[in-house]
Amino acid sequence: MSMIRKMTVLTACAVLLAALPAAAAETIKIGAVLAVTGPAAFLGAPEAKTLEMLAAQFNAAGGIKGMKVELLIKDTAGDAEKALSLAKQLVEEEKVFAVIGPSTSGESMKIKQYMDENATLLISCAAAEAITTPIMKWVFKTPQNDANAARWIFTDMKKKGIKKIGVLASNSGFGKAGAGQLEKLAPEFGIEIAISESYDKAAVDLDAEVTKLKSKDVQAVVNWSIEPAQSKVPVSMRKMGWMVPLYQSHGFGNIKYAEAAGPAAEGILFPAGRLLVADGLADSNAQKALLLKYKKDFEAATKEAPSTFGGHAYDAFTLLAKAIEVGGPDKEKARAALENLKGFVGTAGVFTFSATDHNGLGMDAFELLTVKGGKFVLAP
Amino acid sequence: MLMSSDIFLQFCVAGVTYGIIYGVVAIGFTIIYNTTGIINFAQGEFLMIGGMTAVTLQRYVSLPLAILGAVAITMLAGAAIEVLFIRWLHRPSVLRMIIITIGVSIVIREIALHLWDEKSHALPHFTGDSVSALTVAGAKISPQVLWVIGVCGAMVLLLGLFFRATPLGRQMRACASNRDAARLCGINTRNMVTLSFVLSAGMGALAGCVVSPITYVQYDSGTALAIKGFTAAILGGLGSTAGAAAGGLILGLLESFGVWVLPAAYKDAVAIAVMLGVLFLRPSGIFGNAEAARLREF
Amino acid sequence: MAGGGRGLGFTAGLAVAVVTIQVAASSAHKVFYLTQLTMSAYAMLIVLGLALLMGYAGQASMGQAGFFAIGGYTAAFLTTFDLAPHRGSVVVSLLGRMHLLLTRADGSGGSITHVHPWAAALFAIVLAAAIAWLVAGPVFRLRGHYLAMATLGFGIIVHRIFLGSSLFGAADGISDVPALALLPGFAITGRAASRVSNYYAAWGVVLLTLWMLSNLIDSRIGRALRAIHGSENAAAAVGIPIARFKTQVFVLAASLAAVAGVLLTHFNGGIGPSDASVMKSVRFVAIVAVGGMANLRGALAMGTVLTFLSLRGYFGTFDDLVFGGILLAMMLFAPEGIVGGQLWQRLKSANPLKVR
Repeated sequence: MSMIRKMTVLTACAVLLAALPAAAAETIKIGAVLAVTGPAAFLGAPEAKTLEMLAAQFNAAGGIKGMKVELLIKDTAGDAEKALSLAKQLVEEEKVFAVIGPSTSGESMKIKQYMDENATLLISCAAAEAITTPIMKWVFKTPQNDANAARWIFTDMKKKGIKKIGVLASNSGFGKAGAGQLEKLAPEFGIEIAISESYDKAAVDLDAEVTKLKSKDVQAVVNWSIEPAQSKVPVSMRKMGWMVPLYQSHGFGNIKYAEAAGPAAEGILFPAGRLLVADGLADSNAQKALLLKYKKDFEAATKEAPSTFGGHAYDAFTLLAKAIEVGGPDKEKARAALENLKGFVGTAGVFTFSATDHNGLGMDAFELLTVKGGKFVLAP
Repeated sequence: MLMSSDIFLQFCVAGVTYGIIYGVVAIGFTIIYNTTGIINFAQGEFLMIGGMTAVTLQRYVSLPLAILGAVAITMLAGAAIEVLFIRWLHRPSVLRMIIITIGVSIVIREIALHLWDEKSHALPHFTGDSVSALTVAGAKISPQVLWVIGVCGAMVLLLGLFFRATPLGRQMRACASNRDAARLCGINTRNMVTLSFVLSAGMGALAGCVVSPITYVQYDSGTALAIKGFTAAILGGLGSTAGAAAGGLILGLLESFGVWVLPAAYKDAVAIAVMLGVLFLRPSGIFGNAEAARLREF
Repeated sequence: MAGGGRGLGFTAGLAVAVVTIQVAASSAHKVFYLTQLTMSAYAMLIVLGLALLMGYAGQASMGQAGFFAIGGYTAAFLTTFDLAPHRGSVVVSLLGRMHLLLTRADGSGGSITHVHPWAAALFAIVLAAAIAWLVAGPVFRLRGHYLAMATLGFGIIVHRIFLGSSLFGAADGISDVPALALLPGFAITGRAASRVSNYYAAWGVVLLTLWMLSNLIDSRIGRALRAIHGSENAAAAVGIPIARFKTQVFVLAASLAAVAGVLLTHFNGGIGPSDASVMKSVRFVAIVAVGGMANLRGALAMGTVLTFLSLRGYFGTFDDLVFGGILLAMMLFAPEGIVGGQLWQRLKSANPLKVR
């Protein structure tokens, strides 16, 4: 009897053990705080779509280091207070591993201290240099530095012998930061900014502002903005018959902006990531393959041409994935791995981080582009 | 602060361009206000709906047809708003009406966001392209601006004719001057109210279409226009169509020349300053009748 | 409606609810809810002031976010502007002698000397009240639509000033705002460790305000306000100094908004121009409308729920649509709000002088 009892118990145990569900596949939670709707939606919407696309791709290929990616995208509608609230929610409630975003500089400035204090990686898709200067241990960003964009513009101006310029910047964080960089760096290149004005990022028409610049007889104009309204500056200028060289920032990196300006866009010079001219790159270029793939995937997923804005999210995600692969699902180790990444190919450029550089991109992340025949091409 | 004559003229052209747009919105406010006493904060949305709808339609049909379609659809929307949200209210207070039209404006805007998208859109220029320009007395004017002036000017004239010469128009005017008396004369005041919304919507939509190649249109273009249009309306004297048009032009010129005098960053503050100035100093506006303004509830 | 005794009862009941929620949240390891409830609490301060203004004094204000911003930005600016380089000047040395300056380490390793948070907070609130007092005069000469648009215009100008001026950080706003020390060992700050104490502080302020306003409504002043709301001509006929009362309520509402601005700025560690936007003002109006214009408790209850859900991203990309839709629905079907109240109906029907 006791033998049968023993056997019954053992069998029961065996059955129970077999019936236990296989250990659930591990997931890694990645949060994103983006301006999917609202006044910065032209940034957040492509960023969100890019992240969703990448998460699906990674999961189809087995996830990151065998862990399934659970992507949590929260919409801030461009509101900094909401960004903070949602970031706190993601970190404390959802216990995400890292946060990608926000889309705008203002939102990033508001949450970076919190992220740093709570030892969670923040990889921002916003451009302001102030995000990574001074360095905070846990805060990184993927867009190129506006200072370098300014240097590209000034280098070209110096080559062309331009000495006196006018600056128009939008009143967003991006515009303001850019105008600041231009003012700071102009003396280094012997260039005088005769007039610098900012315009509302939702401006209906910019004829008056452009006329004011024209009255100062400048030799070139820099239009620094990331919003759709920037297309109105070339239109106003060319319509008035004012044909001086027009430079724009890397915020012009969306073919729709060139289309909106129509023939006025011809000849605009601007520094940008190579994503926009991927087809025209030499095959030996380290970024070409990646750029073409992103372009193809994005167009297939969204039926739109890719912009450099979505590319910043692409870089944030792939960098994070690499950091986790190298350092494992441990926050501190992944952070250290990210900080030590060198030569990582992304859409914005080739990233090389260090303890003193949490942006990882230098002057060579840009190319000088121009608009020819309504398309972006490398400037001669 | 002297400026050369061609710069001066260029500022004038810019001011007139903005001014006509504000004037059309202001006229829209005026029509509805005259018939109902309501200030329709959703007025700007009519321009937005008109422009966005036309952009979508012109992917399938020719430009003139797209514009016609957009105007028709927006007029239907205007009627729908009136029937759904205004018609059946019984003696609503001013506060309630203000909040209702604000609510309508927000709801329309957000629906537009989800129906279309967050991007800015534009119709193609009617003639020429973005850089074609005619030279008039040393200033460069885009042909599209002439279209805006022409179309909006024609609308204003036709509206004037409508009010003066047609029976329906006269009925609306009767309604505007004294609603109860009009009803006693057998005029169907409820339909007049709906008609006023339909007219305002149609005008707004047409204006939105003709202006979109210059200003682009996106889901949130309506709100800023509504505020400036209201400023133009009260500047000219609320209740007067001619005053609204004049107010629009004056506001546009003030904004444009304001850019010369102030940092351009404060351009939008100019319109608000004008609005507050009118409200605090002369609520009846430039052409309004101070006595009449005092007698009115608003 | 809001009898003095019942008012206290509700306040006490709410206090119990506040404590219960905190204990529940802590024990269920969902302490992070408290952060968003704290932010909601501060928003409710603005709503309470607006409910008093709109519901009892009957004056619409679409610019409350402007006063919130004046309070918050002033406090933020004064506590982040380094006065060390100006040590020699008259004003700074005077402040120093009055013990109103504080020197601390700033985020990037240096040190910064600025106005003491306490002094900054007080100054910010007084400034907002003063501006409200100045604006009230011209604003209250207007009626109806014009009044609403004037307050809207005020809100927009404040927003544009903060957005356009680099002194206030322009589009980026002001960050790295330090904690506001209230008592030894307790400060208004967003740090996780102080979460529970800040939660109680925020709701304590709200409860205090609710109790204060309830008493105000039941007093002579409250009755005078309701008389003004009902009919200004009748109220004037019985000798109520209308302009004075309207101004006082307006200043009170503005001060409450400024207090919220100061406290929330210290809690969040910063403030930006989007906090002064028109949509924020409209949301407050929507909440007052939903809760019932003349109903402080209704506004408080509905407002907390809506703001909390919005901060958590519950409405996703439909956030503004929800608020706009609620505003619309409330005004169409239940202008007296969900949480009921016959005051609105009684006022409407009792006043034969109201034309519309």
